[in-house]
Amino acid sequence: MRLPAWLSQHIAALRALLVMTVLLGLLYPLLFVAVGRIPGLSDKAGGSIVGTSGSRLIGQAFTDADGNPVLKYFQSRPSKAGDGYDPTATGASNLGPESVVDSPDAPSLLTQVCERSLAVGKLENVDGSRPYCTPDGVGAVLAVFYRDGLTGPVTRAVSVNQTGTPFIATYEGVTVESAQPGQDYQALGGVITPIRGDAPGKPAVPADAVTTSGSGLDPDISPAYAELQVPRIARERGLTEDQVRKLVKEHTDGRALGFLGEPAVNVLELNLALNGK
Amino acid sequence: MAGWLFVITLVLALVAVYRPFGDYMYRVVTGTRSNVVERGVYRLVGVNPSAEQTWGVYARSVLAFSAVSILFLYAFLRLQDKLWLSLGFDPVTSHVAWNTAVSFVSNTNWQAYSGESTMGHLAQMAGLAVQNFVSAAVGIAVAVALIRGFASRGSGELGNFWVDLTRITVRVLLPVAALATLIFMVGGMVQNLSGGTDVTTLTGAAQHITGGPVASQEAIKLLGTNGGGFYNANSAHPFENPTTWTNWIQIFLILLIPFSLPRVFGRMVGQNRQGYAIVAVMAVLAIASTALTIGFELHGAGTVPQAVGAAMEGKETRFGIPDSATFAAATTLTSTGAVNSFHDSYTALGGMMPMVNMMLGEVAPGGTGSGLYGLLILAVITVFVAGLMVGRTPEYLGKKIGAREMKLASSYFLITPALVLIGTAAAFANGHNSTALNVGPHGLSEVLYAFTSASNNNGSAFAGITVNTPWWDTALGLAMLLGRFLPIVLVLALAGSLARQKVTPESEGTLPTHQPLFVGLVVGVTVVLVALTFLPALALGPIAEGLS
Repeated sequence: MRLPAWLSQHIAALRALLVMTVLLGLLYPLLFVAVGRIPGLSDKAGGSIVGTSGSRLIGQAFTDADGNPVLKYFQSRPSKAGDGYDPTATGASNLGPESVVDSPDAPSLLTQVCERSLAVGKLENVDGSRPYCTPDGVGAVLAVFYRDGLTGPVTRAVSVNQTGTPFIATYEGVTVESAQPGQDYQALGGVITPIRGDAPGKPAVPADAVTTSGSGLDPDISPAYAELQVPRIARERGLTEDQVRKLVKEHTDGRALGFLGEPAVNVLELNLALNGK
Repeated sequence: MAGWLFVITLVLALVAVYRPFGDYMYRVVTGTRSNVVERGVYRLVGVNPSAEQTWGVYARSVLAFSAVSILFLYAFLRLQDKLWLSLGFDPVTSHVAWNTAVSFVSNTNWQAYSGESTMGHLAQMAGLAVQNFVSAAVGIAVAVALIRGFASRGSGELGNFWVDLTRITVRVLLPVAALATLIFMVGGMVQNLSGGTDVTTLTGAAQHITGGPVASQEAIKLLGTNGGGFYNANSAHPFENPTTWTNWIQIFLILLIPFSLPRVFGRMVGQNRQGYAIVAVMAVLAIASTALTIGFELHGAGTVPQAVGAAMEGKETRFGIPDSATFAAATTLTSTGAVNSFHDSYTALGGMMPMVNMMLGEVAPGGTGSGLYGLLILAVITVFVAGLMVGRTPEYLGKKIGAREMKLASSYFLITPALVLIGTAAAFANGHNSTALNVGPHGLSEVLYAFTSASNNNGSAFAGITVNTPWWDTALGLAMLLGRFLPIVLVLALAGSLARQKVTPESEGTLPTHQPLFVGLVVGVTVVLVALTFLPALALGPIAEGLS
């Protein structure tokens, strides 16, 4: 019996797919699973596990059960993977560059940055202020109402992220109000206006300390963030700052070949080395 | 400075491999001798490797293979809990399974699921990763069929799809992927079948370190310009991209085949300079776009980047800003869609660039195969426009570009804009944009990005939008399906039409298609067509955000 052309074509297609599945879907990956058992590669193929305390490639949070930093450890970056550094729920904040107005259930990216900066500043005894942040650590953002919509004199100004005392008393001669909870000032016609403030252009708390990574598992921090933490670690562990700095240097990877990527400090390895001191 | 060196070394490496790797691929697609594996495949599949196909048979073979692949993958995902290595995960829900099956078969690799909490190891390696190989091979096969149309002396034949599929997979994709897997494993990528390792962190918390055959899947994810990550975080995940140098290799792999295929084109039409002209168009657009993306990100405009002091949100410490931006450009200039940083948190204009890259139709250099055939269509349109200017019958490589050819080329060009703009409009009309995480212009960008990515078979995302709802899965699945296979059918129809033509000898009126003038014309036509089509939508999204 001769099959119709369209049917024989689909049978050929199915056969081709099955052959390809065996070759590319089983033989190829399994060959490399076997290669991964070779001594020298097996450690890496298994996940670069160090002892029983983690993987040197996967970041972890050095915080206690309540989420507070454990002072004797270098701290990792903030993380959006699950409740923080959860490899079963990797991911990023996905908030955009103009995410500046808090909503009742979710703080804006700006407020998250301001909050973290203040907290890190307090922890490390440095100035935690940043541009566009209020002294109490939320986004310094006004909803400005103009007489003619987008133009004309200012008629009203509301500090949208603050329910307490506004971060500035007046804006363009108008007294700034604090926000009523749950009120959407943008919908009422307010123009969202972030206020730069007079914080230094180069804040004491580095960028990586106040942002989350793409994976939520970033194992590294910048050398600047490590340096910021050195005095605290030295104090908590009874070491000199130079001893701690030497360890940081030992666990800093420079740019590969001098131009690939950025210098980075592996936090888990550094903390393990501190424990071994 | 280090960032620019990163780009320059990539360019130099691609220049260095253009001839040898392109020549190698040329020999693969034109060779007639089969090796043992290939003969075995032909016998098992039951095809005669020396039988030539007309465009209709070639197209039906592509469609049959893809249809069977979608059904197979759908069934695989729905039944994964009954198979081995499921890690205890449930069957993938019906709408996510449909979306994912179409996504991987169409070389899009849009991910409406989160790998580490949805897919078992067998579904990843024997379901998804197989399509990473064969969907890339299908793209290259279609491009080669189009070139055969140009090179043909009037026979009307385009080669044999099953032979192309097999030879490209066995001789190009598999060996390069195997080499890359090995290199990635040295870099620290995991490759095991473990369900994971439970550890106790230094401060006493539990952490589950995931496992999986990651390295073997990563290699083809990039080489085949697929982009579907093993984990949700894709190439930002330290297990998918452990070091700064694996990051360089990943970008190189993304660009390797698309940038070398013009050499195959030049060789097959018998004039290497035609290949150089095409690759020059790709390079001009790619370098300009990459430089702009890096520039916008380093400049760090916008309230949050200004508050932070750098556009570091969603980026990894080890990669830093320039290398992340380079990856973002490469992944959207091709049809890859892998990410090593999250585009949603890019500066307004930095985040617009990936979208613009996709809107260019992913031709600079585009996906494996799809980039070349997309650019050849644009070259055909350019020849036609130039012909109108001087009032002569346009011809390209000795083939007349008549009414039928132009109808096919223009229809090809119109498909993706139609899908993107109608899809975006439908999402807003039906209120489905409410699943976007951000509001205002950025919310529009998220929706626009989703349809741009799906229709162009890219697969990257402004990931803030929640897309695993039945409406989104269905709509984006349709966008991916139509955005892949309608153009393929049109390209093959064009190839068939060209293949039936005898070669017209060059005359004084023929526009030389290997000179800088032509390169400039194609770049111009590409940019103008895209600007005319998408500028209104972009103005409401990223441009409005950047100006506010």
